[in-house]
Amino acid sequence: MIHVENLTKYYDGLCAVDQINFDVHKGEILALLGPNGAGKTTTLRMLTGFLRPTSGSIRVRDFTIDENQLEIKRLMGYLPELAPLYQDMIVYDYLNFVAKVREVPGNAELSRIRQLADLCGLNRVMHQPIAELSRGFRQRVGLAHAMMNDPEVLVLDEPTSGLDPNQIVEIREIIKKIGKEKTIIFSTHILSEAEATCDRVVIINRGKIVADGSTETLKQSSGSKTLINLSLQNTDFESVKQALHDIEGVSAVSPAGQEGDILHVRLSCQSSKDLRGEIYRRIKQTDWTLIEFHQETKSLENIFRELTKEN
Amino acid sequence: MRQVTHIFKRELNVYFVSPIAYIVISIFLLVTGWFFFTTFFLYNQATLRNFFALLPMTFSFVVPAITMRLFSEEFNVGSYETLLTLPVTFLDVVLGKFLAGLAFITIMLVPTLAYPVTVSLLGQLDWGPVVGGYLGAILLGASFTAIGLFASSLTRNQIIAFIVGMAICFTLTLIDKMLFFLPQSLLGVLEYLGADFHFENISKGIIDSRDVLYFLSVCFVALYGTHLALQERH
Repeated sequence: MIHVENLTKYYDGLCAVDQINFDVHKGEILALLGPNGAGKTTTLRMLTGFLRPTSGSIRVRDFTIDENQLEIKRLMGYLPELAPLYQDMIVYDYLNFVAKVREVPGNAELSRIRQLADLCGLNRVMHQPIAELSRGFRQRVGLAHAMMNDPEVLVLDEPTSGLDPNQIVEIREIIKKIGKEKTIIFSTHILSEAEATCDRVVIINRGKIVADGSTETLKQSSGSKTLINLSLQNTDFESVKQALHDIEGVSAVSPAGQEGDILHVRLSCQSSKDLRGEIYRRIKQTDWTLIEFHQETKSLENIFRELTKEN
Repeated sequence: MRQVTHIFKRELNVYFVSPIAYIVISIFLLVTGWFFFTTFFLYNQATLRNFFALLPMTFSFVVPAITMRLFSEEFNVGSYETLLTLPVTFLDVVLGKFLAGLAFITIMLVPTLAYPVTVSLLGQLDWGPVVGGYLGAILLGASFTAIGLFASSLTRNQIIAFIVGMAICFTLTLIDKMLFFLPQSLLGVLEYLGADFHFENISKGIIDSRDVLYFLSVCFVALYGTHLALQERH
C-alpha cells in the first residue's frame, strides 16, 4: 500500500530524517514511536505531501509523491499534531468546508457529517467556534476532519496527546474500529498506546529506524533475560541465595531491598526455559513465607529505552 | 477550479463573521468621506475627482490590513498544514485567497456609490470618469491585494505582513511624485512603474489598454511571487 524508500529530510543542514525505509500494508495499524525530535512528525508530513523530501521516494498504491501529489492527498486523511484547525469557524461550518474540498458528493454531505459527529461524539459542540473548544473536542474535530471522505490511509500525528484518560480510550476504540478496513499510521510517544492499538511498531531515533516489527517480535528479539521478583518473610538474603543460585538457568540472585521483615529478591534467568516451577519447589522445602512471586516480562518501555537512549 | 471556489467562500465568510470586516469598512468610509467632503464644497464642482485622487493613498494602508491575515494567520495557527494536506494545489490556495480579498474590497467600495449619487443630485455629474474611476479602483484593489497577499505569504507575523505590504503599496503610489530629482532618461520608466500614474489615467475616464495591462501585470507578478514563496516553504 505504502512504500517508503531512502526517505531523507534536511532542515538547513540539520538531518531530521535519515534514509528510512518501510512498507505499510493494507489494513495495517502502524505506530511510529520515538523520543521527542526523533523525526516522527517530519516523516508523517512528508508522507502527506506537506513537506517535500530532500531525497528518497514515497509510493502510495501506484502513485508517487512527486508526480501524483493530488491523488495521494485524496487517498489520505491527515490529522496534524495539536489539530490546528480554523479557529474562527464553528464546527459545523468547518466540517462542511472540509466535505466540499474533499469532494464528498453534495447529497451525501449532511449524512456524512452526522455520521462523523456521532462517531467522534461531536453533537454537543456542533455550533461552537473551534477556538472555544477544549483540547479534547478540538482533537475530535480534527479526527472527523481526517476521516471525512473515508480515506484509504489515515495518518494521525499524536492523536491522543492532551486528552483525558476516558477520551484516550475512546480515541483508541475509534482507531481500532476504523483500522479493521483502513490503513492507519499514527505517531505517539505513549508506549502503552502503541501496544494497545497497533499491529506493528516502527521505532525511530534521530531520524533512523532502530526497530520494526510487531510488539511481540520486538519483545522476543531484544535481550534474552527474564526477571523474577520474590518477596519472602522469615529468611535472610544469604540463605535465599544459597538455596536458589544453583538452579540451572538462574544467572544471578540479587537483593532488591528490605521492607520491615519482608525481603525482596530478584532473580535473573535465561528466558529459554520457564523456571518458576523449580523455584517454587525449592522454596516449598524451606520454612520461608512466600509473600509475592512474579515474573517480569520485558516491557515495550524497556525496549524503547534501550533502543533510544543517548550514547 | 472548484477548490478555488470553496477556499474563496470560506475566506470571504471569515471576514464577515469576525469584526475585521466592519471595522476596516467603517474606517475606510470615514477617511474617504471626510477627505472628500471637506474640500468638495470649496471647489464647487460636481466631480468625484478628489475622491478617486485619494484612493491609491487610502488603499495603500487599508488593503494590506485586509490581506495581512490571509497567510500569516494560517502559518501562525498551523492550520496551513491542515489546508495543504487537503486535496488542493498551491494555485487553488493562492487564487482562492486572492479572489476573497478582491471581493472584500469590491464590497467595501459599494457604499461609496452613495457619493456619485449625492453629487449627481447637486449638479451635472459626468458619469464617464465615475465608471472609469470605479473600474480603476477595482484594478488598483486587485494589484494591492496581490501585493498584500505576497507580503502575507512571507511571514507568520501579521504585523510584519502589514508593514511590508504597506511599504510596497506606498512605494508604487508615490514613485511618480518623487521623480523631480532624477535624470530625464529614467523618468519614463519610473513613471510607468507608478500605480498612481496609471490609476489617474483610468479615473479620468480614459481606459487605455496600457494601464489595464499594468495592473494585470502587477497582479500576475505578485501572485507568482506568492506561489514561489509557498513552494519555498514546502
